[in-house]
Amino acid sequence: MGESFMKVLVAVAEVADVEDEFAIDGLAIDEQYLNYDLNEWDDYAVEAGVQLQEAGDDVEVVSVTIGPERADETIRMALAKGVDRSIRVWDENLEGTEYLDSGTKADVLAAVVEDEQPDLVLAGVQSDDTAFGATGVALAEEVGFEWAAVVNDLEYEPGSDTASVHRELEGGVEEFTDVELPAVLTIQTGINEPRYASLRGIRQAQSKEIAPKTLDELGLDASVTDSDVSLTQLYEPETESDATLFEGSPDEEADQLAELLRDEGVEA
Amino acid sequence: MAVIGGDVDGFADELNREGVDAIHTVAEGEEFNHDVYTQTVEALYDELAPEVLLLPNTVNGLDYAPAVSNGLSLPLVTDAIDVEYGDTLSVTREMYGSKVETVVEVDADRVALTIRPGEWPPAEGTGDAEISQFDVDIDESSVRSTVTGFQEVGGGDVDITDADVLVSVGRGIEEEENIALVEALADTLGATLSSSRPIVDNGWLPKNRQVGQSGKVVTPDIYIAIGISGAVQHVAGMKGADTIVAINTDASAPIYDLADYGVADDLFDVVPALIEEFGGEPPAL
Ligand SMILES: Cc1cc2nc3c(=O)[nH]c(=O)nc-3n(C[C@H](O)[C@H](O)[C@H](O)COP(=O)(O)OP(=O)(O)OC[C@H]3O[C@@H](n4cnc5c(N)ncnc54)[C@H](O)[C@@H]3O)c2cc1C
Repeated sequence: MGESFMKVLVAVAEVADVEDEFAIDGLAIDEQYLNYDLNEWDDYAVEAGVQLQEAGDDVEVVSVTIGPERADETIRMALAKGVDRSIRVWDENLEGTEYLDSGTKADVLAAVVEDEQPDLVLAGVQSDDTAFGATGVALAEEVGFEWAAVVNDLEYEPGSDTASVHRELEGGVEEFTDVELPAVLTIQTGINEPRYASLRGIRQAQSKEIAPKTLDELGLDASVTDSDVSLTQLYEPETESDATLFEGSPDEEADQLAELLRDEGVEA
Repeated sequence: MAVIGGDVDGFADELNREGVDAIHTVAEGEEFNHDVYTQTVEALYDELAPEVLLLPNTVNGLDYAPAVSNGLSLPLVTDAIDVEYGDTLSVTREMYGSKVETVVEVDADRVALTIRPGEWPPAEGTGDAEISQFDVDIDESSVRSTVTGFQEVGGGDVDITDADVLVSVGRGIEEEENIALVEALADTLGATLSSSRPIVDNGWLPKNRQVGQSGKVVTPDIYIAIGISGAVQHVAGMKGADTIVAINTDASAPIYDLADYGVADDLFDVVPALIEEFGGEPPAL
């Protein structure tokens, strides 16, 4: 390995999107109303990793996913976009865990970081379904890496020991920060333009490795899935809506809406 | 209560509200740095041993809260919208883009929570908190990030905060070329065009059009949200509008919790009809 060899680990989550109409079954949404996809934020993290790979001479991009076999389809998408190989962690202990909190996820990912020794870990700011927004930074603390959360610009020269990032704060303000490597960055949407997988990429992805790992194989005890936090209720919130809904055909709806807007002083 | 960095005495006075018992000021740094914050909060925690560590669910909060809780081996629950203290602590938080609420129970003596801004009323009055200075020895060798500057983004020719009427477009518009449709509506109504975040992320409209937490806070007379679900970060930027109108096929989308009026129908049917109502001509898509 040359001096400029660099490894980027991208945390890729498969998340469930809920259909407009859905039903709840116990403490979960009924499976038939869920559609699984690559987490929106992670799509940007994958792109950021692949861009580093394309810019450097010797950069390997590895993805890691905690999830069941079903997630392979989503992982193949990341492979088709240029990730070199993937690791997927799952076993009956994880399967039996009702509430996978950010602490547990960080512990599992930490074991993968210990194995892989990446220079940079890229994760999404949050996953679309649970929206914990905590796993990346907890992981950094767990493995003793530096970190930056909500990164919407990344400049890094392979081989350098710092990355220059922008952190997106509230109200249209960005913070410029230099972060020492190794580091975990949580990537914000909009940082880049995630590519579509090319046909060639999709073909190549078929022969790339998705290595399944159990907790045991990562040297973790099943007790990492123990959590002090448990899910006790999941329900559709009572609507707070007191909106007046206009009904009828689209023309009738538009007519009522136009009348309202005119009453409110809008004139064409 | 802890105040870290910046004008700590000024903030301490401001935070001395009814019900606050003690305020610890830590005069470390002018700007937020998560390494300094993490060390400071951990030191305060060791000293004060609180049962509940409350941190803000803000961008900076999420830059240190998970590190603090992980470092202190505390369970962490983020983005709490309600908290009940009983035998165990129950925390309400949303999932799946506000489509469901969940309650999680924390079975531990000590816990870290990040709470959603604006979900609790601000404390009022003036308290008689004891304000004291807390000294921390910052280990500089573990400060491995440096803030080098700040920049305001989203400037330019259009200021959506000035508009009386905003036509605001979200991901429901599906394709870049369909932006022409909402543009035509805005033109016909003499309104200004704004958007939710994904439209800006996709590069379909410039950053200065984005409404929300990381965009602009707007307070127009009329806000017409078209194909916008009403995510919390979006709502943060437009909940102050006088009259809110939603056009969204999903009648249970969170935007309807705020809207005064709505049309739960397809924007591709409703918007052209609305343009015609005002004598405009919908573009061919
Ligand atoms: C740190 C952070 C900061 C953020 N800052 C911001 C911010 O400043 N501003 C912001 O907006 N977001 C922000 N977000 C993102 C936010 O969480 C949401 O992802 C975003 O607001 C969703 O945008 P949307 O409503 O357009 O899209 P979606 O949530 O995808 O909603 C699209 C809506 O369109 C409706 N729809 C679809 N088709 C049609 C049709 N044909 N006719 C009518 N309706 C239709 C759907 O029912 C749906 O409700 C931030 C997120 C994070 C984590």
